[in-house]
Amino acid sequence: MAFKIVSSQCTSCSACEAECPNEAISDKGTTFVIDPAKCTECVGHYDSPQCAAVCPIDDTCVVDPKFPRYQAA
Amino acid sequence: MDSPVNHPAHEGAVDIDGIMQQIAEHKGCGTEGGSGKASCGSGAGQGDLPTEIWEKVKNHPCYSEEAHHHYARMHVAVAPACNIQCNYCNRKYDCANESRPGVVSEKLTPEAASRKVLAVASTIPQMTVLGIAGPGDPLANPAKTFKTFELISEVAPDIKLCLSTNGLALPDHVDTIEKFKVDHVTITINMVDPEIGAQIYPWIFWNHRRYTGVEASQILHERQMLGLEMLTERGILAKINSVMIPGVNDQHLVEVNKAVKSRGAFLHNIMPLISAPEHGTVFGLNGQRGPSAQELKALQDSCEGEMNMMRHCRQCRADAVGLLGEDRSAEFTTEKIMDMEIAYDSAGRKAYQEKVEEERAAKVAARSEELEALAGTASDITVLAAVATKGSGLINEHFGHAKEFQIYELSTAGAKFVGHRRVDLYCQGGYGDEDALPTVIRAINDCHAVFVSKIGGCPKAELTAAGIEPVDEYAHGFIEKSALKWFRTYLERVASGEVEHTRHGDASIRQGALINVA
Repeated sequence: MAFKIVSSQCTSCSACEAECPNEAISDKGTTFVIDPAKCTECVGHYDSPQCAAVCPIDDTCVVDPKFPRYQAA
Repeated sequence: MDSPVNHPAHEGAVDIDGIMQQIAEHKGCGTEGGSGKASCGSGAGQGDLPTEIWEKVKNHPCYSEEAHHHYARMHVAVAPACNIQCNYCNRKYDCANESRPGVVSEKLTPEAASRKVLAVASTIPQMTVLGIAGPGDPLANPAKTFKTFELISEVAPDIKLCLSTNGLALPDHVDTIEKFKVDHVTITINMVDPEIGAQIYPWIFWNHRRYTGVEASQILHERQMLGLEMLTERGILAKINSVMIPGVNDQHLVEVNKAVKSRGAFLHNIMPLISAPEHGTVFGLNGQRGPSAQELKALQDSCEGEMNMMRHCRQCRADAVGLLGEDRSAEFTTEKIMDMEIAYDSAGRKAYQEKVEEERAAKVAARSEELEALAGTASDITVLAAVATKGSGLINEHFGHAKEFQIYELSTAGAKFVGHRRVDLYCQGGYGDEDALPTVIRAINDCHAVFVSKIGGCPKAELTAAGIEPVDEYAHGFIEKSALKWFRTYLERVASGEVEHTRHGDASIRQGALINVA
C-alpha cells in the first residue's frame, strides 16, 4: 500500500513533501522519493493521496505496483 | 510645476487608516490640468505620495520606477512548490539561456539563501530588496520562506523583504508576514470573474483537495480579495500583478483594476503574456498569443486614471540579481558564493546609497529645468522615443550593446516613461548577428527617435530608413531632460515644415521569442 514518484517526471518542486501526512517523502537531489514503509495513501487522513493531488505534473505520483492497494492491512 | 503636494505629517503612531485613505485618493499619473507631471506618483520621485509611503517605496526598484534606475533587488528561489496551476506556467522547463518568470537554475536552502544575500549585498551596495518570488508560490511552502526571511533579517537588517504570491494561501499568513516586517507583497490577480479564471487556472490545491473549473477560480478569487484586504488593514503595501491574455482577460483587467484599487492596492502591474510553443505552457502550445506593445499600453493607459500603473516591470527570473533589466545571477551561483569572502559593511552600503540619492536629486532638478523651458509650448503631438541606458537615468549605452530600450512618451506635458522593450531575444549562440538589427527595429518601430551614447553608421542609416531618428548628441545626458530638448527641436521642425509628423506603427513585444537551446 504505497505511492511512488516517477522520477523521470518529477521536477523536484517539493510541493508533495510538505503535504504528506506521514513524512514519507524526502528530497533525493534531482527527484523526490516516497518511503513505501511510511506511505498509507493518506487513508485515514484525507480523501485522496495528497502527493498526487498537489503534484503539478499528471501521472507522476502513482500507485506502486509492488505495493498495491489490495495489500492494505 | 511638479512641486510635491503637501501632506499632513503623520507623527508618532502611524495612522494606517489615514495612509490607506491617501493611497485610495491618490490617482496615480496625472497629466490633467497641465500639471506637467512626468509620470506616476510611484514613478517620478515623491510626487504627491504621502511621505510614509514614499519612505517605503523610494528605494524599491519594483515599486518605484524612479528607484529602479538606481537600486537593485535580488530573488532567492527557496520555495518552488506551488498550490495552483496556471496555463501560462510550465514548471518542467528551465533553460539557462532564458530569462522569464518561474525560471530558475538553482534551488536554495534558507541557509544558502541567506549567505547568497550577504554575498550579493556586499558586492552590490545598491541592493536594497530581497524578494521571494518563485518559482512556485512562497506561501505554498511557508516554512522555508519565513525561515529565509528570519535568517536574512538577522544578518542584514537593512534589507527590505518582499514576496510575491498567487494569494491562495495569503490570508493564512498575513500575520506572519507582518511579524517579519515584510512590507511589500505582490499578488498576481488575473481575474475577478471565476468564469474567466477557469480559462486561466486548470486547478488549485486547497484544504487538502484539488479543485478544478469555476469552483477553483471562485475559491482563488475569494482568497485573493480577502488577502488583499487583510494586507491593506495592516498597512502592508500591496502591488497587483496581472497577466494580459488577449481574448481571455484583456478587457476584464479594467474590472480587476477597479476591484483591487477599491481594496487599497498600491500599484497595478499589467504584464504581457509570455507565450511561445517552446515554453511548453498550455497557452504556448494552444497558440494563445501575447499582446502587442500598443495593446498593452492602451490597457495600461485605460487603467491609469484609476491608480498607479507600473510600466517598468522586466518580468525577471525567479533568481534574478541586480538592477532591473540586468541579470547578474550567474556571478552568484552557490559554488561561487561558497568560495566568496564576505564582509558585510552596513556603513559602506549606507554611504554608497547616500551618493545615489544625490544623483537622483540632480536628475530631478535637471528634469524640472527642462520642463520649464518647454512650458508655454502647446502642441497635441505626442511621440514615443526609445532610450539606450545602463541606468542612473542617463543616456549611456551604445546602440549595439543595448539589450533593451526604455520607452518614453514625449509631449508638451513632459517625458513619461511608458515601458521598455527587450531586444536580446535572438539567441547568443547560433542565430546570427545580422538578424539583430531588424529585431531591434521591430521592437521600437512605434518610436520616432532612439537616444544612444554612440551608434555606428550602418544601423544609423537603417534606423533612419525605418523612420526612427537616431540621436547621439545627448550622450551621457539625463534621459528626460535630453529627450524633452530633442522634442522641442522636433516640434520646431514640424512647425517649420521641415518634417511632417506622422504616426508610427505598432511594435511587437518579445518578438522572435527566445530560441530553445538544448
